[in-house]
Amino acid sequence: MTFTQIIFLITAAVILGSALMVVSTRNLVHAALWLIVTLFGVAVLYAILNASFLAVVQVVVYIGAIAILFIFAIMLTRREMLDRGPQLNRGWWLNAIIAVLTFGGLFWMLQGWSGFSKAAADFPSGYDAVGQLGKALVSPTGFVLPFEVASVLLLAALVGAVYVAFTRK
Amino acid sequence: MIPLSWYLILSAALFSIGLFGVLSRRNAVAILLGIELMLNAVNINLVSFWRYGDVSMMAGQVFAIIVFAVAASEVAVGLALVISVYRRRNTVIADEIDLMKW
Amino acid sequence: MNFWTDPVNFVAQWLLGLLTGWGMPGWLASLLVQLIGVVVLVSMMMVIDIFLVWIERKVVARFQDRLGPNRVGPFGIIQPFADIIKLIIKEDITPNGADKLIYNLAPILSLMSVLLLWAIVPLAPVILGVDLNVGALYIIAAGAIGTLSIIMAAWASNNKFALLGAFRQVAVLVSFEVPMLATMLIPTILAGSMGMNEIIQSQNVWYIVLAPLAGLIFMIAAIAELGRAPFDLNEAESEIVAGYHIEYTGMKFGLFYAGELLHAFTFGGFWAILFLGGYRFFGLENLGPIVAAAILMAKALFGYWLIMWVRYTVMRIRIDHMLAFNWKFLTPLAFTLLILTALMNALLRGTSSGVYILGMLLTNVILGWIIVEILRGFSRRERERVEGPQQAVAHQ
Repeated sequence: MTFTQIIFLITAAVILGSALMVVSTRNLVHAALWLIVTLFGVAVLYAILNASFLAVVQVVVYIGAIAILFIFAIMLTRREMLDRGPQLNRGWWLNAIIAVLTFGGLFWMLQGWSGFSKAAADFPSGYDAVGQLGKALVSPTGFVLPFEVASVLLLAALVGAVYVAFTRK
Repeated sequence: MIPLSWYLILSAALFSIGLFGVLSRRNAVAILLGIELMLNAVNINLVSFWRYGDVSMMAGQVFAIIVFAVAASEVAVGLALVISVYRRRNTVIADEIDLMKW
Repeated sequence: MNFWTDPVNFVAQWLLGLLTGWGMPGWLASLLVQLIGVVVLVSMMMVIDIFLVWIERKVVARFQDRLGPNRVGPFGIIQPFADIIKLIIKEDITPNGADKLIYNLAPILSLMSVLLLWAIVPLAPVILGVDLNVGALYIIAAGAIGTLSIIMAAWASNNKFALLGAFRQVAVLVSFEVPMLATMLIPTILAGSMGMNEIIQSQNVWYIVLAPLAGLIFMIAAIAELGRAPFDLNEAESEIVAGYHIEYTGMKFGLFYAGELLHAFTFGGFWAILFLGGYRFFGLENLGPIVAAAILMAKALFGYWLIMWVRYTVMRIRIDHMLAFNWKFLTPLAFTLLILTALMNALLRGTSSGVYILGMLLTNVILGWIIVEILRGFSRRERERVEGPQQAVAHQ
């Protein structure tokens, strides 16, 4: 077992453990903080996958914006700091079975695929992933249209969020 | 070196945990937390397919970035809706927001 | 390779040889050497941090026409150690209803977010933690962890004032990140890289000459990011007592305080790297890496002094003014500047360096002049709006 594999296994254990805490812990602020641990683990995975730009963007966007927004929303929608009452639906065991079945189904489906246990090829020499990504995002033969659509989506979300949450005086 | 299967199994497990959260949580904000977990699982898949496929094809990373944008918009609008509902109906339990239910 | 031209790698190679000589496997030895490097870097920053306390107190005393600490040791230089002893022997209070784990984790995260930044600071061409090719984004990412620590501290303290301070601070941090990132992209465009080392290497002319407005906006955004006066709304003493660290005592407060000072020094360093040529000083850096590191430290101290100068001269401004200032003025200005710089850079790429410098400088000067004119018109209208009724009263 190599060093990278050990790092991967530790990261995977952290991700899955904290994800379980996100869906099961009673205190919602704790759930949001566990979500941050999960997101950080995913950023480490991106770093292991040599996607340094995505790893940093994951921290900036998810931890710096989305998780903070979650903590705010949780604080703003609680009348008291204690969580009473059940946090899960009555049929939660049924949902657990559905989730396990989904995982089993995905695993079974992937196992039959020929490229399942393929190893990564080395990067070609002089390969610059960040530069390639930047060029792909704005080149007309690349992904400029999805990029622009995403920016329009962000603008629409900005306007929509302000309109929905704004209190009229 | 890590085989591709490890990433795919991890992402499938993360997706299932997120699905469980979405289906069984009562609080609307917690449901959104579950959706974030599912989106992250998708992103792990996209990036690992980029790394294990042809690295000069950037589609995996580009769509991971677009998933970031979609997640940010979804959280902004979703949480705005939750806060708006909380102001009017004084609850964020998804079962109790049932005005449209007959 | 000898000690004078490459001190860090020289020592690292020697240690690696020593450890493998003892029969340690290669990967463990290199891991251990890297860990030692991290520990040495972090301890060095903490030692500098101790003296920053002394510098800050001395400088603020000079600004306020006082002498500052002068009793303990020559020029009061032992004063920080006395402060530390005082902080350590203070009673460590945890408030009722506090979330213990998060409450104790927050100060550590706060200091950690600052120390993380030093991983990408190139003290010299060969003395740097890691030459990350997404350096500028990394600065923002480490800042995100700092924001997180503030929210954690405020929520776990179970205190209304703390929560108010954190709400303000997060509103400020999230909004001032936008112009900060936009102005960090300007050196990136000029250098053609996000890596800190490459940005320094390509500064044959300091970027403060090529992009003075960007340097100014970065400094303003950095001060807001640090939560220092005039933007210290997160801990405005007269309004919310002390903000997010109101409940912290002893060394836990000390960690927040140390983090704040080191953060200011670090942003002085980044300002020097992005706009003042980092470790370069008219060829003096070629004398050796240690000289280069000393140059960078001197420039970082200069940036830190500028931040202190602003802090102790300008009054605190109101939160709505501050957010309006960011969203209605700083952000549009930063984006205009970004687009203009990219355009001018593309247009002037092939010309001689004299024309290039002059073109860039003129763009900045003209844009700055337009902004000053707009601001002057705005303030005149505002003054008429405020003073109009008063004059009417005087005539009656």
